[in-house]
Amino acid sequence: MAKTKKVVQLMPTDIKEELLKKYPPKVARKRAQQIMINEATESEAPPEILANVRTIPGIITMRGCTYAGCKGVIMGPTRDIVNITHGPIGCGFYSWLTRRNQTDAGTDGENYMPYCFSTDMQDQDIIFGGEKKLAAAIQEAYDLFHPKGICIFATCPVGLIGDDIHAVAKKMKAKFGDCNVFAFSCEGYKGVSQSAGHHIANNQVFSHLVGENETPKEGKYKINLLGEYNIGGDGFEIDRILKKCGITNISTFSGNSTYDQFASAQHADLNTVMCHRSINYVADMLETKYGIPWIKVNFIGAKSTAKSLRKIAEYFADQELIDRVEAVIAEEMPDVDAVAADVRQRTEGKTAMLFVGGSRAHHYQDLFAEMGMKTLSAGYEFAHRDDYEGREVLPNLTVDADSRNIEEIEVEADEKLYSPRKTEAEYKALEEAGFKFKHYEGMNDQMDKGTLVIDDLNQYEADKLVELLKPDIFCAGIKEKFSIQKLGIPMKQLHSYDSGGPYAGFKGAINFYKEIDRLVSSKVWSYMKAPWQESPELTATFVWE
Amino acid sequence: MALLRHTPTEIKERKALTINPAKTCQPIGAMYAALGIHGCLPHSHGSQGCCAYHRSTLTRHYKEPISAATSSFTEGASVFGGQANLIQAINNIFTVYEPEAIAVHTTCLSETIGDDLNQIFDKAQKTGKVPEGKTCLGAPTPSYVGSHVTGFSNMVKAMAQLAEPTGKKNHKVNVIPGWVEPADMGEIKRLAQMVGVDITLFPDTDGVLNAPLTGEYKMFPEGGVTIKELKGCGDAMGTLALGEWCSADAARWLDAKCKVPCTVLDMPFGLAATDRFIDVLRTVAGVTVPDSVAFERGQLVDMISDMHQYFYGKRVAIWGDPDQLISMCEFLVSLDMQPVYVVTGTPGKKFEARIKEICADKPFEVKVKAKGDMFLMHQWIKNEPVDLLIGNTYGKYIARDEDIPLLRWGFPILDRQGHQYFPTVGYKGGLRLLEKILTLLLDRKDRDDPETRFELVL
Repeated sequence: MAKTKKVVQLMPTDIKEELLKKYPPKVARKRAQQIMINEATESEAPPEILANVRTIPGIITMRGCTYAGCKGVIMGPTRDIVNITHGPIGCGFYSWLTRRNQTDAGTDGENYMPYCFSTDMQDQDIIFGGEKKLAAAIQEAYDLFHPKGICIFATCPVGLIGDDIHAVAKKMKAKFGDCNVFAFSCEGYKGVSQSAGHHIANNQVFSHLVGENETPKEGKYKINLLGEYNIGGDGFEIDRILKKCGITNISTFSGNSTYDQFASAQHADLNTVMCHRSINYVADMLETKYGIPWIKVNFIGAKSTAKSLRKIAEYFADQELIDRVEAVIAEEMPDVDAVAADVRQRTEGKTAMLFVGGSRAHHYQDLFAEMGMKTLSAGYEFAHRDDYEGREVLPNLTVDADSRNIEEIEVEADEKLYSPRKTEAEYKALEEAGFKFKHYEGMNDQMDKGTLVIDDLNQYEADKLVELLKPDIFCAGIKEKFSIQKLGIPMKQLHSYDSGGPYAGFKGAINFYKEIDRLVSSKVWSYMKAPWQESPELTATFVWE
Repeated sequence: MALLRHTPTEIKERKALTINPAKTCQPIGAMYAALGIHGCLPHSHGSQGCCAYHRSTLTRHYKEPISAATSSFTEGASVFGGQANLIQAINNIFTVYEPEAIAVHTTCLSETIGDDLNQIFDKAQKTGKVPEGKTCLGAPTPSYVGSHVTGFSNMVKAMAQLAEPTGKKNHKVNVIPGWVEPADMGEIKRLAQMVGVDITLFPDTDGVLNAPLTGEYKMFPEGGVTIKELKGCGDAMGTLALGEWCSADAARWLDAKCKVPCTVLDMPFGLAATDRFIDVLRTVAGVTVPDSVAFERGQLVDMISDMHQYFYGKRVAIWGDPDQLISMCEFLVSLDMQPVYVVTGTPGKKFEARIKEICADKPFEVKVKAKGDMFLMHQWIKNEPVDLLIGNTYGKYIARDEDIPLLRWGFPILDRQGHQYFPTVGYKGGLRLLEKILTLLLDRKDRDDPETRFELVL
């Protein structure tokens, strides 16, 4: 089945109908609004997609929870902070080293990422309250390690029984004096997906950490990299390229990040945003409070990397940097082109589907395009409408019961530290030359007309899509991997990768080309049927012959 | 520099902070057990992160699709109760996925707000959300009690509670294998068949979580114990519960409620535990053990005698689940190895006493802790090293830091494959364990010996 293509071309509307057919009517009505036939940019008023809404109970979702977004995604890749999960053991256990965030402990050697810390709440803690145990756990962690910071993460039951984790954190911080302790109300049930957890994490980091270190940082072109988590070493490759260009990365939020990086983020002169979903609001807050403007970048794909580097150089408007960036691109691209040319012979015209987290379903389409592969269908696990339709829809987003309980923090210009990075005239000149600040066009813009954009795809629809459209490769997370592969279609994980990486930057692009080539060219998928199943006719001979 | 560089040698008692746990939470065990029922979709009653985490971990361990649904609680359900979510979920699941059964387990969230599964099932039944002939079963699995082992046990008990005794014996024996690999369940079935006993094995993930790749995806593969078989387990001649922690509750329930006499045994890892399993199985069923079984046993004894020289006196640190640790420690001691550090995160008073009993009067002193963690075990190792580590993948950090070979065994194994296909129970499984241990020890010797001592023949 794997390699037999459908002869009849299915219309997008037929596919949508097919996906919805089996649902009870109420479910079908809701899902219909989350499945969109893309009109690209041709339409004056493209259709809206329903996003960031509750998952339907009983429908096997790809999503995780708020705790997973907060502790797992955002704070997980920070190395010198002791992260204590306040709750029963499971949440801490499952977020222990499972996202392949790589780290370089550097010369100071501080690295708590291989550790899992938990208050391991028992039934008596649920009945009598867990605050005392939490305070004792923080004390024990402090006595054992004397870290710069201790962070506390609330799990579902903590919110229900009403433990005041923030008060405990405040008390312990005052007691220690030399260790920053703060907490996250990231109970799993808050919000509708991981996205709420990203927001809670970023807000707390911004409130309790950013701006703490006032010692200036050296560097001619200083940037922050926001929304990069160093999965499989992506952040290392981006840092390598930036360094080669002479660009100083003050802080990465939050791949291979340190306490001091967050504390010094206000010293950068430009914020570059990778994953728009997980962190765009931090970029806005950094601009309002300190005067650092932000741009959207993408280091997934060699061409995207080159484009992003040029954009950074254009912002700093210094010929020396512009020349250096061009020289780096010229030096890096031949290797990339050589591998791309080789791989393209086998990947050209093949098709992909991508259903990944906040921006990956978008970014990785660039890499597939570089291999001549077409994306048939894509969508996000925990996006909001702006991630699909672009930031211009931001004023029209509705706030519902589930999004309302995620704190929005009010930020004002810092009296002491606010300083505009460029003059009004300089900003204007850049914009007139076509430079776009605070701009994100969303995923739909990039995708072809007639492709299917699907929010919060579930297992049933994923399997159905694969059966109907038979892509050459499907990209999602570990939970989806093996049901897709049972259908004879290779599946590449793009949350936490399978075993490969990095896939960012120039060297990452080479890795990705080779990996996709391996997957779509593998003979494994032709072994599904035994010879006697392929041609079951029997031949016989007469016994007397 | 060491990966776990912040772990000090000095051991201080911790009362509140668990570091690097040797256990996880109840629902994942319930989910794994439910996958061993044919045509059953596990369902997690709580917020969706639990289900996502459990599916991810089981997928990473078994390298197979793990389908499970969730009640997807948001704040509203947490305040008003999860009944509406679960009833809606039951309706959606039976409509979209068409399973034979839904096995619901609770989470710390739904337990804390006090949702009552049986009452919700009743309501779902009365409002027509459960189609004719389909089954809902459920187990309370609060994450703040016990461990993943407890959750497994609770779901297995819920399976036993489906029993509908007819008063007429069906000449079968119930075997409750406990939390072992799909291949182990397959091996238990093979052994029973060799002995000539018709068994009902539950749960049975053989064929479900080691299913073939054929180009077709079946949410409900061929394997698993059927609901019909479970209904019949009240008519069995007896029940063999393999493992006090994983299996005894279900067996005792059947004994008390359905008058099916039960025997609680150790999990059949190693020679002696396998011997006891076979011996009790033949006694309960009233059959004679064929020579073919004794032949396999003899092969294991042969390998033990051949390898004894390499195992003698070797110090081992081992962590994991109580039932598995007990049998493995007994096996190690029988090889004259020394399980000097034994840690489980799963609570249970009998554990420490049992391990001490196994290691009593032996030429070493055992340090054992239930409700322990891997941080403590690492500290013990730092103070006095061992020759071999046996446990799950999380031990690889200790293995690298302390330069000690690691036998990956237990749950979860996230960085090696094959465990779902190759059994470690029974005599055949014993052969595999011995082979793996010897390879680790001799590879280490070949790597470390000076040139003068590097020899072709070992």
